[in-house]
Amino acid sequence: MPRRDDLTSVLVLGSGPIVIGQACEFDYSGTQACKVLREEGLRVILVNSNPATIMTDPDFADATYVEPLTVEAVRSVIERERPDALLPTLGGQTALNLSVDLQREGVLEAFGVEVLGADLEAIQTAEDRQRFKDAMTEIGLESPRSTYVNAPEQALEAAQEYGYPVVLRPSYTLGGKGGGIAYDREQLEVMIRQGLYDSPVHEVLVEESVLGWKEFELEVMRDAHDNCVIICSIENVDAMGVHTGDSMTVAPIMTLSDPEYQRMRDAAFKVLRRIGVETGGSNVQFAVEPDTGRMVVIEMNPRVSRSSALASKATGFPIAKIAARLAIGYTLDEIANDITRETKAAFEPTIDYVVVKVPRFTFEKFAGTDDTLTTRMKSVGEVMAMGRTFKEAVNKALRSLEDGRIGFGSAAPVEVDDDTLEGLLVRPTAQRLEALDEAMTRGWSVERISALSGIDPWFVDQLVQIVERRRTLRSYEHLAALPDHVLHDAKREGFSDAHIAALVQTSEQAVRDRRRAAGIAPVFKTVDTCAAEFRAYTPYHYSTYEDEDEVTDATRDRVIVLGSGPNRIGQGVEFDYCCVHAVLALKDAGYETVMVNCNPETVSTDYDTADRLYFEPLTVEDVLEVCERERPAGVLVQLGGQTPLKLARELEANGVPIWGTSPDAIDAAEDRGRFGALMEELGVPMPPGGIARSFEEAREVAERIGYPVLVRPSYVLGGRAMQIVDDDVALQRYLTDAVAAAPDQPILVDRFLESAIEVDVDAVYDGEELFVGGVLEHIEEAGVHSGDSACTLPPLTLGPAQEEQIRRVTLGIAQGLQVRGLLNVQFALKDDVLYCIEANPRASRTVPFTSKATGVPLAKVAALVMAGRTLSELRGEGWLPREDAVQGPRPRHVAVKEAVLPFDRFPGVDAVLGPEMRSTGEVMGIDRDFGAAFAKSQAGTGSMVLPTSGKVFVSVSNRDKRAVVFPVMRLVDLGFEIVATAGTADVLGRTGLEVEVVGKVSEGAPQILRMVESGEVGLVLNTPFGSGTRGDGYEIRQAAVTNGVPVITTLAGILAAVHGIQALRRGPLEVHSIQEYQQELLDRVAIDAAGGAA
Amino acid sequence: MSVHERAAASPHERAAASPHGPAAASPHERAAASPHGPAAASAPDLTPAGAQGQATPNPHSGPALLVLEDGTHFRGRSIGAAGTVTGEAVFNTGMAGYQEVLTDPSYRRQIVAMTAPHVGNYGLNAHDMESDRIQVAGYVVKEAARRPSSWRAEQDLRTALTAAEVVGIEGIDTRRLTRHLRERGAMRAGLSTEHLDVDVLLAEVLDAPGMAGLELASEVTTPQPYVVPAVGQRRFRVAAIDFGMKRSIARYLAAQGVEVHVLPSTTTAEQVRALEPDGLFLSNGPGDPSTVAAGITTTAALLGEIPTFGICLGSQLLGHALGADTYKLTFGHRGVNQPVLRRADGVVEITSHNHGFAVRASSLGEQVEEHVFATADHGDVEVSHVNLNDDVVEGLTAREIPAFSVQYHPESAPGPSDARYLFGRFVELLERTQGDTV
Repeated sequence: MPRRDDLTSVLVLGSGPIVIGQACEFDYSGTQACKVLREEGLRVILVNSNPATIMTDPDFADATYVEPLTVEAVRSVIERERPDALLPTLGGQTALNLSVDLQREGVLEAFGVEVLGADLEAIQTAEDRQRFKDAMTEIGLESPRSTYVNAPEQALEAAQEYGYPVVLRPSYTLGGKGGGIAYDREQLEVMIRQGLYDSPVHEVLVEESVLGWKEFELEVMRDAHDNCVIICSIENVDAMGVHTGDSMTVAPIMTLSDPEYQRMRDAAFKVLRRIGVETGGSNVQFAVEPDTGRMVVIEMNPRVSRSSALASKATGFPIAKIAARLAIGYTLDEIANDITRETKAAFEPTIDYVVVKVPRFTFEKFAGTDDTLTTRMKSVGEVMAMGRTFKEAVNKALRSLEDGRIGFGSAAPVEVDDDTLEGLLVRPTAQRLEALDEAMTRGWSVERISALSGIDPWFVDQLVQIVERRRTLRSYEHLAALPDHVLHDAKREGFSDAHIAALVQTSEQAVRDRRRAAGIAPVFKTVDTCAAEFRAYTPYHYSTYEDEDEVTDATRDRVIVLGSGPNRIGQGVEFDYCCVHAVLALKDAGYETVMVNCNPETVSTDYDTADRLYFEPLTVEDVLEVCERERPAGVLVQLGGQTPLKLARELEANGVPIWGTSPDAIDAAEDRGRFGALMEELGVPMPPGGIARSFEEAREVAERIGYPVLVRPSYVLGGRAMQIVDDDVALQRYLTDAVAAAPDQPILVDRFLESAIEVDVDAVYDGEELFVGGVLEHIEEAGVHSGDSACTLPPLTLGPAQEEQIRRVTLGIAQGLQVRGLLNVQFALKDDVLYCIEANPRASRTVPFTSKATGVPLAKVAALVMAGRTLSELRGEGWLPREDAVQGPRPRHVAVKEAVLPFDRFPGVDAVLGPEMRSTGEVMGIDRDFGAAFAKSQAGTGSMVLPTSGKVFVSVSNRDKRAVVFPVMRLVDLGFEIVATAGTADVLGRTGLEVEVVGKVSEGAPQILRMVESGEVGLVLNTPFGSGTRGDGYEIRQAAVTNGVPVITTLAGILAAVHGIQALRRGPLEVHSIQEYQQELLDRVAIDAAGGAA
Repeated sequence: MSVHERAAASPHERAAASPHGPAAASPHERAAASPHGPAAASAPDLTPAGAQGQATPNPHSGPALLVLEDGTHFRGRSIGAAGTVTGEAVFNTGMAGYQEVLTDPSYRRQIVAMTAPHVGNYGLNAHDMESDRIQVAGYVVKEAARRPSSWRAEQDLRTALTAAEVVGIEGIDTRRLTRHLRERGAMRAGLSTEHLDVDVLLAEVLDAPGMAGLELASEVTTPQPYVVPAVGQRRFRVAAIDFGMKRSIARYLAAQGVEVHVLPSTTTAEQVRALEPDGLFLSNGPGDPSTVAAGITTTAALLGEIPTFGICLGSQLLGHALGADTYKLTFGHRGVNQPVLRRADGVVEITSHNHGFAVRASSLGEQVEEHVFATADHGDVEVSHVNLNDDVVEGLTAREIPAFSVQYHPESAPGPSDARYLFGRFVELLERTQGDTV
């Protein structure tokens, strides 16, 4: 069947901000879908609130709406654009849920919009546990026994019947939110309440436990002709009980015999047909009882998912792209396989390598939370590695994580007694692998380890083989004694040079030299979907230690762009955006582009983004080997965040040509002494401070500069372990609890600039000229990590003189550091004095936001500058406007970026913003004025949606009491009722406001908690009273986060919220596409230019 | 002793186990499934040595060498018996199902390389045997499992290869081998744990026969006829000529109520007629189809007389009986992911393949309409199925006589069940024909 000719325009829904359970894999799938639909001549209308995505680039859709993914906003878009159809299956759970809501509210029917892929009936059958289970029974497939409950008592009854533990699965939540395993009655009583709350329909499935069973996933595609194929089979190394997003997973399935696999395959097709996925990709999950082979269906996602992104990267079969084609009528046999060219998409990929995915956790950022892995996903990112064996892939995956591991068993030993160790194997935590390694090192048998952990003996034995190899390596006293063949075997098993060096007690460089001298080097194999049965035309490679290399020689100059590795807090999709942009620009400029990255969720690891793709760990060794093979003209390190930046120096030392700002200059910006000297030279003040190596030294510095001070370990990322302390006691506590200062681990102590306005600048410098992409004014005051604070572009309160000054200083820094490419500078403005806080000669998190708000492709421009082009040349070619953000005309629109925080995932963590970054993603609100843009940004977060009426709870610290009066008066004018604790109520009351007074929780008056839990209070304004206290504020914030009530914890945030609420009260917000805003800006520049000429 | 000699002498045993798909069988059912046929008393090779108290030689774990006839060679470690074998080097791209591959008689005299890197992970078991023994001449993998793991496992790969006296090698760049065979075609090869000098082994390879022109059905066919009873009520009696028939085929036929009379490859038309069968089945098997003279003669004699269904080699023999030629593919189709387009309705079946030869469509006769050819003696024949990847003929359907065939494996084993309906189609044909005659 050829493509349907009755469609001319399609609405694509994105997945919104990056949150746990829904990351940039949906940027990958959405981008692919948009590309395909446009190739097919359809008008693509896109809605996604996340500005850091590639898909929201104006080039990928005809009309791009960076608007909240809410029924109201999408209704407005549909009203303006009148699309023929809606494609809901490529934007994750968010898009799927939103589509259901649009249907329920009659929007789709009102505007005659057809739903493509999976109809809403299908979505609901797949999502609703009971309906799904019934459907499975109907087609003769087993599911775990279960009962659907909407009251806690029913859950207790069910558990009585099945026996503990029982699994809780709330309907319609992301990544298993609100779910978990209850081991006893006490736990169940607590968890069932949370689960019922988290489910938007207040329903939870209480299920027979299949803990310890083997877990499998099949990625299935179906077309309108009922052709069904399996794209990829995935086995979870971790047994059932650990969310698949938190499990180590392997492709293909390793431990099923063919009859068992075929039974699963048949079942998966039955599931798709029964649920009613007409076309597209789905994911079906199964559990298999290890001793009997009994197979049960766990769930299915009638859409592309995180697993389908993984499957696409693992096999080279682009699921989202094909799904988009199927949605508009094509069948699988009509679609070519891009990789082999001569074969079609109607086949099942077969792979001749092993793919391992490992999750990346960041529990260290959420002190006080439990790191047990459950059915509720907690990881923030993942890496994937390929090898010709499982052992090789595991070792490569572990060193890709960038968490200090250099291979399996490279972390510090787990020093616990045997009983405790058994417990660690039974109860999986983020330290799962270390516990396994320890058990193996102690010589526990495969059977024992497998019985305790639920991990299949085959996997355990594979890991034991790594432990054995380690033991062999360790038996050589020095490198010279190590025979070549042992070294070679270790390399074949994926051991990194660094790991081997640690085991034979030498340096990584020494191992590398020795290895190369012995002629032991990796070859690069090709990912080709067909295990070499057909010739592959796509240079998608991974390294291994075998005979034959398949990389073809290049004909043009090659440029390598180093990616950003796994998503983590502080480094996410923003950097992938920058890398992809660099690739696109350099491709355009005639270079052969080469991408190196290990994050399967990204657009950069799509095989048709760069000319060549190396799916490799981002370590010095792995990158050097790629360079050895590719002999690049240049390597770009400033686009992938800290990951490539920290490799820069060693790469350069090994003769790799680094383009752009030199590694030495990068170092100068990070080195406090060198950067301080530059600032002094430029006459720019920095907050006073000093370095301390003990508590005494720290106190001396603090005394000299005065409290409050900002303390942090030197060389930190994402504000790790950064704190503001007010006095000696707090300083002492910080040094004992959080960070131990030592001669080799200095801490930095800086004056904290209270009530300062923070400003971020993103600019490009070519050696002659500076182009400021944007000046971003933070909404929260200094003290909140820049990644967690909202910001606005253009700035809300800065005057032209201040902006000019900022530009001047930025230019000075660019010159002083000899920047070539991107530069991000953070300033603090206090009492009219501009302080420079730090400068980063690299892409920043805000580059995509700035680019989207202004229409200037900063990362592309920077990449070309690094390749030797000048800004004036690029301006001549139309890459840049005549004047930059400071010099040029002020746009008529305002863009607000807001951070999205994962507090709801980590019960027990205080939801207060601070200097340690904890947000996972961001959204953008764009409109004519600040209030409307801010309101949209809040709506976009999903969790901070501002109310337009009802009760507001106010409780602020003493220093904020005076300032909070006016915003609260305004809320009363707007019709809100105010609830406050005695102190705050007293101050408000004196101004004549009517305030409902509630008692303090700590004084035995939990009334306010109930008001929050019941939804009576729709907004909590609460600035904390000093750090570390877990009093009333903490309880109230917890209640708000748990119940989805927005909490604002800064005064500046309160003011912005009032602006936002005002805008909302004016009536429904208008929506405009990014293309419209940018055209308007271009028109203005043209008019100004014409005016200037006249 | 060479593998070929020994295999020819070994007794044959054909089991028809449960009527269900293999995976549906519980351990109890598996244990209860008694082997049928004349050689039922002989112990299958797979019985764990320990349980029988027999001495199984330890797997040889020293160096091993694989040499192709063009001199390309690979050094690795032995994972099976000590010795030297020659055969045709081919690759299979399935990711699971190694036991079914190992025991499929169509792999006779072939040195089979698996493209999947990990082989042996779930061990071997009595139920997944496609014949009574391991059939491949030699086995090539990237890594053989040290410790298999499965509730179904009864034996590990190394022990099984050793017990079957099959030479195996691991630790080589199997992807390089596959790419080489893809570009140069399947070719003769030698695998040895004894001759580790390339020239010495190469000389043996060059002495060995190639696959073209090689008749192998007689090596693997059953020496004596035997019957696989119908499951449930017997509805039909089918004469199944065994050119190296996989057990699953008999099992799926039996499950449809067919009493399967398995006959030696040299069975004549008269011998078939004597059984008064309702239908004729032509099995899969190894070697060059053009050499299976008896099979072609018998088929030609019976064509039009009784409903006929052929699988794999059986499809090629039907082609020959219809007057067509067969030819050797460069490297063949061996795997479980081959897309076959069913012309009747345009549906794509994902299918299991194991063939190095194919029917040349144009040799069927004059083309009378798209994909339909007029044969000299049997009317119009339609190419009912083609491979979506390379347009190779994958199925024939005669329009004027009750005969059809597929080049691939509806019984799969290993592989997808997409084409299982074909057994039902054969039974429908039997029903129709019976309705006509009764």
